[in-house]
Amino acid sequence: MKFAFFKGCRIPKDLPEYELSTKVVLNKLGVELVDIEEFNCCGYPVRHLSTKASILSTARNIALARRENLDILTPCKCCYGNLMHSNYMLQGSKDLKNEINLILSKEGLRWEDDIKIKHLLYVLSNNVGIDVIKKHVKYPLTNMKIAAHYGCHALRPGKIVKFDNPLAPTIFENLIQVAGAKPVDWSKRLDCCGNPLWGKNNNLSLKLMREKIEDAKLADAEYICTACSYCHIQFDMIRKRELKGDESVPNIPAILYPQLLGLAMGIDKNKLGF
Amino acid sequence: MFFSISFKISLAIFVLGTLYRIINWFRFKIGTDALSFTMIDRIKSGVIGIFKTIFSLKIFSIIKVLILDVVLQIKIIRADKWRWIMHMCIFYGFMLLLLMHAFENQITKALFKNYASTLNPFMFLRNLFGAIVIFGVLIAVLRRKKTPKILTNAHDSFAIFLLFSIMLSGFVLEGLKIISSPIFDEMVSSYISGSDDITPLKAYWAKKFHVVFKEKININDEKLLSEGESSHIDNCASCHSMPETAFISYPFAVSFKHFGNTLNDFRVDRWLWYFHVLSCFLGLAYLPFSKFFHILSTPINLLLEPAEEEKNKVTSRIIGMDACTHCGVCTENCSVAQIYQVTQNPNILPSEKLASIKLLSRGKKVEREKLNEIAEGSFICTNCYRCTKVCPSGINLDDLWTASKNTLIQQGYFEPHNWIAQKSPSEWAETVKKKKDEPSDLIDNPEIFYGCVQCSTCASVCPVVAASNGNEIDLTPQQVMNLLRMGLKDLAMASKMVWNCTTCYMCEENCPQGIRVTDIFYELRNKAYIRFKDVKENV
Repeated sequence: MKFAFFKGCRIPKDLPEYELSTKVVLNKLGVELVDIEEFNCCGYPVRHLSTKASILSTARNIALARRENLDILTPCKCCYGNLMHSNYMLQGSKDLKNEINLILSKEGLRWEDDIKIKHLLYVLSNNVGIDVIKKHVKYPLTNMKIAAHYGCHALRPGKIVKFDNPLAPTIFENLIQVAGAKPVDWSKRLDCCGNPLWGKNNNLSLKLMREKIEDAKLADAEYICTACSYCHIQFDMIRKRELKGDESVPNIPAILYPQLLGLAMGIDKNKLGF
Repeated sequence: MFFSISFKISLAIFVLGTLYRIINWFRFKIGTDALSFTMIDRIKSGVIGIFKTIFSLKIFSIIKVLILDVVLQIKIIRADKWRWIMHMCIFYGFMLLLLMHAFENQITKALFKNYASTLNPFMFLRNLFGAIVIFGVLIAVLRRKKTPKILTNAHDSFAIFLLFSIMLSGFVLEGLKIISSPIFDEMVSSYISGSDDITPLKAYWAKKFHVVFKEKININDEKLLSEGESSHIDNCASCHSMPETAFISYPFAVSFKHFGNTLNDFRVDRWLWYFHVLSCFLGLAYLPFSKFFHILSTPINLLLEPAEEEKNKVTSRIIGMDACTHCGVCTENCSVAQIYQVTQNPNILPSEKLASIKLLSRGKKVEREKLNEIAEGSFICTNCYRCTKVCPSGINLDDLWTASKNTLIQQGYFEPHNWIAQKSPSEWAETVKKKKDEPSDLIDNPEIFYGCVQCSTCASVCPVVAASNGNEIDLTPQQVMNLLRMGLKDLAMASKMVWNCTTCYMCEENCPQGIRVTDIFYELRNKAYIRFKDVKENV
């Protein structure tokens, strides 16, 4: 199994541990990841200013993966959602396709509807398979209570992103279970982390995050498990910086899913970027 | 006389220009953290910083940078192998010419006792170094042509043109001198006594050195030639190697022979000498104001990197901007460069944004339209850090972008989310009521909203509605849909609900009528951004 690894803009600088842990875990599970240096931004951040710019961004990434004849795997749910959404728009309009391909042709690139885009969790669950992962779990994280943080953009709109049942997903809980941990049931598990409003309305952004952490506390979670660059940045970097010393916020740290699974697989902590 | 006056003038311009640029390193500012330092503070901490660094262990890291990044220019090779070859050819080719040829009286003569510019290896080396520079220049031109992502501006073209014309005029000038009979006559009158018959020497030089004489000279008369040869050995040979070794100028000379008399009559060699010398002096005078200034600023910027001190951050930021060579490697690697193809705003591209931010740092008034463009480019940047990682000049671009964003925000140029929030939806609607834009098949199509029964499911699942204490939203999602159904899109566009939406798609997923609420919000933002940014005042 081989994929083009789409890490997006934030991982190299802000979350190198996400790349590290994803690669080491997938490598053990027989999935090869290929870096394509020319990949650009997925287009998600610019979508609110220009949908066309966002679609061009996605199309160029897909065209680059096409050149290598590889499907795309991304660990970021916002990247995933936007790549899927723009791809869907391109599938639906010949005019749009021609317009975008005209721009791409300047670089000798071309978008076609023949590349699959997959999120890390989907690949683990559907391509690698729960049974195979189970065989690799040597140190099950027994009794560890984990709140699965689904992330909006991979889940909805369901008919476009095709990740899991958008109203009652199970994929993340299953993956937590296979690591031996116990997924908790919490009412805000499908809600937004607040990061899309960071830098735009910081108060609201923090409020949404705080409410989620409080909800995870009610469910007795020990960790909030993420599988998205932006969600993790919100629950880790931004929270540590902005809510530092605020004791009213429950102390539930965030953990990246590949780090969690990596621990259960007995991979060295350093190799997982801890 | 002409030479020394024009040299002194251009040297004076060079010195004054360089001083001006250096003073500006302490004068210009970008970033809100720059406001708390005066120019004197900055000069003081700069000088202290230099001394502190020289007498500390940091000096070793600086020596390392000096060898790797300044002398060997490893950072360039990391970015692109061909670019490194280009830069090494131009820089070292030019430097060797400068030392051996331009400073021949000061350097070469001192090192080699028998130096003459027409002797080998010097004649050969001059051509070789020139050829190396031309090779580098050609790579530069090809690279810019072959990489559509890199924009080339007037400074780039002029720098390339100037280098090329200095080199080419040098080659041609030497070719013209080879065939010049006036120069031959001058030499004869200086080195041979007037009573001698120089016809044999002329024959020899016409045949072997390709000098073009006006009168007819038999160059096939063996006797004449052998007499000429002995006169040559007595009088000329100690200073003249065979012209073939000037392997580029020589073919020029041979091809000029057909119209050699005309060239000699008009003394084209002299005119070209003026051109060659003036081009060089122009380059010297123009250096502090051109991208050639990076010869000074880039090494300084690279050397400052290991010495980076918080106190000198503001100053290093300005030096960093001066260290930019507009090579375009940042833009080639930029995560959002492709967006330029859609918006045509060059300030999205880091290499171009840097030039705009330079304007901003001067503290002079920048036009509103320009500021809007810089702000757009600045906020589209995703802080992916790739530009900073690849910059061959070692500019801390990431820090520069953060600083310039702060300056922009301080001057009232925010993210659209923030400036749109400064007016109420009805105030915005009023400003754009006469504007027409391209109708879209989503928000301009009332049929899309026919299905909406105002059941308020969207509002009840919306996390923003739930979290709001009344300040975050003015309308609920279903009220926005209702406005659109009534064709009041101008009013819907600036609604707080639309701009505080997290795009979590809860509403759209849960809508029993399948209305694409979130996509509609996205489209409203797209439209609002275009419609309002034109009428946006300096808020």
